[in-house]
Amino acid sequence: MFGKLGWDAIPFHEPIALVTGLVVILTLAGIAGWITAKRWWPYLWHEYITSTDHKRIGIMYIVLGLVMLVRGFADAIMMRAQQSLAIGASQGYLPPEHYNQIFSAHGTIMIFFVAMPLVIGFMNFVVPLQLGVRDVAFPTMNNVSFWLTASGALLINASLIIGEFARTGWLGFPPLSEKAFSPGVGVDYYLVALQISGVGTVLTAVNFVTTILKTRAPGMSYLRMPVFCWTSLASNLLILAAFPVLTVTLALLMLDRYLGFHFFTNDGGGNSMLYMNLIWVWGHPEVYILVLPAFGIYSEVAATFSGKPLFGYRSMVFATLAICIISFCVWLHHFFTMGAGADVNAIFGIASMIIGVPTGVKIYNWLFTMYGGRVRFTVPMHYLIGFMLTFVLGGLTGVLLAIPPVDFVVHNSLFLVAHFHHVIIGGVVFAVMAGYTYWFPKAFGFTLDERLGKAVFWCWFIGFHLAFMPLYVLGFWGATRRMQHISDPSWAPWLNVAFVGAAIIGLGIVLTVVQLLYSIKTRDQRRDVTGDPWDGRTLEWLTLSPPPHYNFAVLPDVHGEEAYWIRKQTAIKLDQLIDEPDYQPIEMPINTPTGIICAFFTSLCGFAVIWYIWWLAILGLIGAFAVFVWYAWRDEHEHIIPVEEVRKNARERRRIRMEHLHELSQST
Amino acid sequence: MQARSGVAFGVGRNPVLGWGLVNSFGSFRDRATRRPGTGSALRLAAGASVFLLLGACNRGILDPVGPVGRAEKTILINSTAIMLAIIIPTMVATVAFAWWFRRGNKKATYRPDWEYSGAIEMVVWAVPALTIMLLGGITWIGSHDLEPSRPLPSPAPPLKVEVVSLDWKWLFIYPDQGVATVNQLVVPAGTPVNFRLTSATVWNSFFVPQMGTMIYTMPRMTTRLNLQADRPGVYDGLSSHFSGDGFPGMQFKVQALPPEQFAMWAQGARGQGGALDGRAYGELSRPSSYVKPMTYGAVAPGLYDAIVADKVAQLQAPQAAPPPERDSTSPPRG
Repeated sequence: MFGKLGWDAIPFHEPIALVTGLVVILTLAGIAGWITAKRWWPYLWHEYITSTDHKRIGIMYIVLGLVMLVRGFADAIMMRAQQSLAIGASQGYLPPEHYNQIFSAHGTIMIFFVAMPLVIGFMNFVVPLQLGVRDVAFPTMNNVSFWLTASGALLINASLIIGEFARTGWLGFPPLSEKAFSPGVGVDYYLVALQISGVGTVLTAVNFVTTILKTRAPGMSYLRMPVFCWTSLASNLLILAAFPVLTVTLALLMLDRYLGFHFFTNDGGGNSMLYMNLIWVWGHPEVYILVLPAFGIYSEVAATFSGKPLFGYRSMVFATLAICIISFCVWLHHFFTMGAGADVNAIFGIASMIIGVPTGVKIYNWLFTMYGGRVRFTVPMHYLIGFMLTFVLGGLTGVLLAIPPVDFVVHNSLFLVAHFHHVIIGGVVFAVMAGYTYWFPKAFGFTLDERLGKAVFWCWFIGFHLAFMPLYVLGFWGATRRMQHISDPSWAPWLNVAFVGAAIIGLGIVLTVVQLLYSIKTRDQRRDVTGDPWDGRTLEWLTLSPPPHYNFAVLPDVHGEEAYWIRKQTAIKLDQLIDEPDYQPIEMPINTPTGIICAFFTSLCGFAVIWYIWWLAILGLIGAFAVFVWYAWRDEHEHIIPVEEVRKNARERRRIRMEHLHELSQST
Repeated sequence: MQARSGVAFGVGRNPVLGWGLVNSFGSFRDRATRRPGTGSALRLAAGASVFLLLGACNRGILDPVGPVGRAEKTILINSTAIMLAIIIPTMVATVAFAWWFRRGNKKATYRPDWEYSGAIEMVVWAVPALTIMLLGGITWIGSHDLEPSRPLPSPAPPLKVEVVSLDWKWLFIYPDQGVATVNQLVVPAGTPVNFRLTSATVWNSFFVPQMGTMIYTMPRMTTRLNLQADRPGVYDGLSSHFSGDGFPGMQFKVQALPPEQFAMWAQGARGQGGALDGRAYGELSRPSSYVKPMTYGAVAPGLYDAIVADKVAQLQAPQAAPPPERDSTSPPRG
């Protein structure tokens, strides 16, 4: 009846997991109770959960990413604590079977359920606004994508209290992840959760590639798109090409585990090298899926806060596309030590280094964007400069790893761990924090507290360097990764410094929450009434903060590369706005619970597959499919916003903008 | 490290055969085997900066004891120096530009429309491109010189060692000596060692940081590796590819002995301890971790190939007829 599921699945013997699980459940129950008491459920249901508004979906993605960041960080600090304690005679507080789950969960969660939702969240929120359109190409599918991602996150976190998570690392290499070596449900949790969220990610890519290629404001030619849109396009093209590979790879491993196939097993003609190649054919582009939109955010921040257009726009676009293509030709650098031979290693090594060229160009373009500017040291600008200083060194260690004879001695070591955290924290996380501060007023109508924001920046910046520079040193000493126990007591001081660094990052995360709460509390003093709090250059700053559901009363006409900046300067010079257009009623997609109901059934199905509860799996699958059939036969597609409402809002907006422009023209 | 090896074997003379080699092709490996002190100023500067960065530590891959590790360290330091030469100015410029062009600075010229300069574009594409071309050359030559399967040049015939990673310990078989060890690799100093490596369970990676290059051990497959320790000593070895719960206990020691001592060791080991036949191998391959070093005085011929072919059971069959005494064949458990 319940497959492999029994009371023994609850980790009564593991107090750490049990207590953590209970705390999580109680916190969630507390939040649910609070929302019920405040009677916020109807608001959440209509404005967020069932919303097809790209801005609301973007916010939900970012909330998911930030919540999962806390989970992923909890794993990180536990690992650092274990490695600081389990030295020499001591075994620390985590036995191997628990420690191995933690580092596997840390990697899986940080990549799939922190970095991906955060990056996709920004694309959702920003891209349609920057393109000057009202929504993405497929709004309902967008909602479904989000809830499928959330479904994957739910399953991964369920493994904390029901059963166990994989103990095979974040890529689940066979043969270790095969049934013969990992008989438990951990690897199944990993596989099923990633399959479900992977569907969501591919749907997102379909949506954004279509949106960017087919729905842009009049006059917004390709070479007038903001760089963030370009990097989002490149990133989504990468998702479209790479994620199906991941789906197939994981599906082959599932066939091995569930149906006794032999794709990657030791016996029956299987070959585990095949998995290594396939997973990295996805895995390397994945790095660029994350970092390209981050580069886009830095480009927006650099131009806005230097008060200058981005230097070398076309060069930047070309560099982005070059990275997009070359990133598919380098996957083998993840396993030079497999013994593929000198020619193969050298060619892939050189291909990997070539990516350093367009990346270097980008760094110089941001540098020359600041040159001749009026640099305002806001929080996002702190992150940009912090990123430029951090990322060049992360790039250096990356090129070192791309040289096969160097990789032969630092592969899989803590040097490698330090390198990818160097580029992911210095590149992606800093960008996410910059984007969070930069677009927060657009999303909610008030700015975040500047002083606390800077404190958060310094926590990340100092914490990162303290946490990861020691790992480079240990890597040189021959320290490898994923060690539950450290034999050499002389590593202790460096590991302790790394722990302190992680704790400082933890303080930064706490301060982020404090900053949010404090900013909400004092929001009336920090209202953004103009819709353009940073003196921006792209179209999202043309509309209100927060923007109306339909974004723009009339789709803006785009002249030139910096659509809003040109418009703003013309209006300041002429001291008037463009003539009032002829307002029309606006058709917008209606809300739909398709996404959350579908995700409910896929979660059931996924859970059932993990625990071999076949009747429930079939039920879940039928349910998920039925939701789509039901949605396809809907009668109502859109609701119409009457022209009076559009006109009233637009006139109010014109009045505010006029006042704002007067202020600007007087200040310059 | 130095001190530890001194305690074990006495510091002794360095029988570094590689140093005397005529180097005809100027390859990294050969160059690295020359006496220290021939390095260029650039290398010294880079070395200095790396050591500054690391608080002048001298161990692990920065304290190589053989030609492979030394060549790899050279490439590491040279490449770092080449890149730092452009990265440090970039970092300085980042801070300088941001600070000089801060909004409050009245002396800085505001050029709100300056967004393109062909000359600068050319430089910013050329500088990284040239750097990568230089590093690409290093990569091409280095990858070929230091290809793990390439035999090391040496007048001495290489020692053959067959390596098997088990859950969670290392088995080293000496086919020519007819002995085998667990978690302890004994090699003659100054003699190349020619490894064939496989795994009897999941993937691992064989790594002795001070000797250089690591390589995967993979079930049903053989990888090849050539290393050499120039000076006698005891060096740490480990698995550097996660392989399950007992993974951190997969450490071993490498003892590099002067060649005559190695011959004595091999002689002495033969016939001592149990025999590694199919049955003893079955015992050994049961999961265990933090296993103390041990030695087998005899090895069933063809054991390594039988492990690669997953046919150890067949190997066992003919020997099953006279059941050996359990005590003599079961390895001492650590």
